[in-house]
Amino acid sequence: MHKLKLLFISIMALLFSAHSMSNVVHKERSLYRNLLVEETGDLRCLKFDEKTRQSSQSCMYISDPKKLVFNYTKLAFSSLLLIDNPKNVLIIGLGGGTLSNMIHELYPKAHIENVEIDPSVIKVARDYFNFIETDNVTTKVQDGRIFIKRAALKSQQFDWIILDAFNGDYIPEHLLTKEFFEEIKSVLAEGGIVAANTFSSSKLYEHESATYHAVFGDFINVTANNNSNRIILAGYNKTPTEQQIAQRVKQLAPLLAPYDVDIEAISQRMFFTKDGKDWPSDTKVLTDQYSPANLLNF
Amino acid sequence: MLTKTNALIYFLAFSSGFSIMGIELLGGRILAPYFGSSVHIWGSIITVFMLSLSFGYLLGGKLSIRHPSLTKYGLIFLVASIMVVPIALFAEPIMAFIFSHIEDSRYGSLLASTALFFIPTIILGMISPYSVRLLVTNSERSGQVAGGLYFVSTLGSALGTIITSFYMVLAFDVNTIILGFAGVLGTLGLIAISFDKLKVREAVYAQA
Repeated sequence: MHKLKLLFISIMALLFSAHSMSNVVHKERSLYRNLLVEETGDLRCLKFDEKTRQSSQSCMYISDPKKLVFNYTKLAFSSLLLIDNPKNVLIIGLGGGTLSNMIHELYPKAHIENVEIDPSVIKVARDYFNFIETDNVTTKVQDGRIFIKRAALKSQQFDWIILDAFNGDYIPEHLLTKEFFEEIKSVLAEGGIVAANTFSSSKLYEHESATYHAVFGDFINVTANNNSNRIILAGYNKTPTEQQIAQRVKQLAPLLAPYDVDIEAISQRMFFTKDGKDWPSDTKVLTDQYSPANLLNF
Repeated sequence: MLTKTNALIYFLAFSSGFSIMGIELLGGRILAPYFGSSVHIWGSIITVFMLSLSFGYLLGGKLSIRHPSLTKYGLIFLVASIMVVPIALFAEPIMAFIFSHIEDSRYGSLLASTALFFIPTIILGMISPYSVRLLVTNSERSGQVAGGLYFVSTLGSALGTIITSFYMVLAFDVNTIILGFAGVLGTLGLIAISFDKLKVREAVYAQA
């Protein structure tokens, strides 16, 4: 009996402490999902509230908003090892606006276009994540595919295109097809680069790799040690040599350090598909005609 | 009593229900590259399907008044089959044209789904009332016949939805599935027509 009481008390204590540990500061139902802004200690996160789990989309240290929290966000800056001084940046999928803010700080003269389908996400980024918008940093509420198609019609060009439109639970299937990547390629400036935040597990990995390879040829996988995310770097025309990368690391390291981005460590985690492809050569390429991405993502 | 002819009609009604929903479901996939996959895409598609089905019911009912026959019934399937083919063949240029002329993806998708699905769905909608006409022999049982027919064709719709979305998209290209529906509808139409011809011949022999 005594033991039972003790158990009950400890469970209650645990519940209460968990409750006081994280604090929901904002909640809203958008056109697409339930959004949640939650604070846990110094960490503020934008979460998509799914029935089964809450997936963090973007996080920020309240005391030091500059510092990046997520590994994949840090990995995305491996792009800078291949390009210098981007002038036109396109970000598909805003989240908390972390990428946009940091790129704006690094390159104040760069024009940054953020494309986000969910207006509520933009509002939350402005209200809770210090998302900065200026004459140079703009946001558009639109489906990423439609934006790129219109940009192609207007012959717009971008030298850094960041694809960050997937969350863990759902993939917009029309953003993972050969035709979409070809449209991206058509708005990619000479010497520009595409960085895509994608998956590193499940059967989809192979299909995704095959599809990127079909459009862009050889690409670079950038993964963290724990392997939960990968960044694909594609669209470059010349594979950088080790010396070139080392040189860029030296230039970038002091610039990126304040953001907690260890570019030297990241440069060690780049895997070139020209040195070996980790998917079977007969893997089916995803197209507008065949894109059951969500059914393959198990 | 379930004669061979009636069984055939029920089976055809089932298949048309299956195809309608299979095509409607693929509509979302076809429109997404040009108009996105947001909720208004489904608004456009469902609106167009409901609208054209309602016109189809009117037309099919009207057509069934004079000299209804299994041959005409089969012809509806043949025409539907032919009208479904352009969805696979011309969706790209049609959507590209609409995309470059209409900025708002709501009206773009509405116009595109009208261009692609309006006519074939009208024809497919004609099948239900025409089936009722062929099956009903006395007014007392007309409600029961209509009920049975709705049951069969809506069951077909349910299966067409789930089988297309769960399995067929994993195994085939969208256009392959669309052309598959066209092929099935056309074949069924031909079967209905030849069945009618066979029956007429049998009747002639029986008289002779």
